[in-house]
Amino acid sequence: MLLDFNSDKPIYIQISEAIEDDILKDIYKEEEQVISTTELSVSLKINPATARKGLNLLVDDGIIYKKRGVGMFVCDGAKDKILEKRKKSFYDNFISSLLEEASKLKISKEEIIKMIEGGN
Amino acid sequence: MNSIEVKNITKYYGNTKALDDVSITIEPNKIYGLLGRNGAGKTTLLNLLTNKIFPNKGNITLDGESIFENDKALNNIFYMMEKNLFPETMKVKEVFKWTKEFYTSFDDDYAKSLSGKFGLNINKKVKGLSTGYTSIFKAILALASNANVLLLDEPVLGLDANHRDLLYKELLTSYNERPKTIIISTHLIEEVSEVLEEAIIIKAGKILAKKSVEELLESAYTVSGEASNVDSYISGKEYIGEETMGRFKSVTVLENSSKQNKELARKLDLEFSNVELQKLFINLTN
Repeated sequence: MLLDFNSDKPIYIQISEAIEDDILKDIYKEEEQVISTTELSVSLKINPATARKGLNLLVDDGIIYKKRGVGMFVCDGAKDKILEKRKKSFYDNFISSLLEEASKLKISKEEIIKMIEGGN
Repeated sequence: MNSIEVKNITKYYGNTKALDDVSITIEPNKIYGLLGRNGAGKTTLLNLLTNKIFPNKGNITLDGESIFENDKALNNIFYMMEKNLFPETMKVKEVFKWTKEFYTSFDDDYAKSLSGKFGLNINKKVKGLSTGYTSIFKAILALASNANVLLLDEPVLGLDANHRDLLYKELLTSYNERPKTIIISTHLIEEVSEVLEEAIIIKAGKILAKKSVEELLESAYTVSGEASNVDSYISGKEYIGEETMGRFKSVTVLENSSKQNKELARKLDLEFSNVELQKLFINLTN
């Protein structure tokens, strides 16, 4: 997991998104254990409170769950949940910035559609 | 346990006021950064916390008990100082033994295993160590002391990038295994900022801010763009750290970045960005 310490996205959110990415890529499969707070804290050189906050975000979203005294595990159906959530934010994260940049460059809607379809 | 109360501490050196009516609470098991410019009073505060010097006014308690001439309280606090207090002709491994006399839970095996990781030769005399290895040696003493409170004054002084990396990792490993209160006084803010939970900013003997790093960073943002647009944006706002490069200007605004502000900035074609702890620190203490 690589973090961007200069990004304006808080570290704990970057952590939760990176773990979501790992779940989408099957690095952590459903019902498998995910990286621990301690591992995150030491390997990324961050305060464990930050790491915990990132993991708790995923617990709140029902993507991972806590087994007492063992660690955090990927929930059943987590992948679908992440896909659904990511699709919802796809517009905010990608489309709106694409449209903003396009309007700066005076690229028309038709031109954008053409680009997406693979013509230039 | 191990909560430290600093109440109304004033400390003079001759006529110079080094600390001016300082009151702070250090909560247990958090990692604090003590940040301040040279001469701001950082080391004075650490010296007071360990009874190395005495305040002119005020008192300091550990779990409600005054620390003044209180050996029991002081044995819970390990102070890694810039100056050495042990005989410099001792070998490293002898200092390990010697430290166990004062800190009875000192872990000799852990100290030796850390020495191995850092490549510190424990048969060397302390006075023969380089600046970097002197820092490493002192940090090892602190980590192995098993004290509940660690005060680290410039712990990475003279360390190369690899050793700094290793030190932060070992510090966090130890903290994760057994939480303790750690106060790190340092000038290298950027690389330590994510390690900290709270920052204490000290300026000219006064506490300027004591907040979680997250809160501190949320209390300000940087806005940049064409100079006249930036000027109209910041009118009526509290700001610091103006920087102009040609017609480009950036300013750190001291408020939460609300939706309204972002909207206004977008209309003026300005860019919003998060402020870094280092930059905020420079601007606050200038």
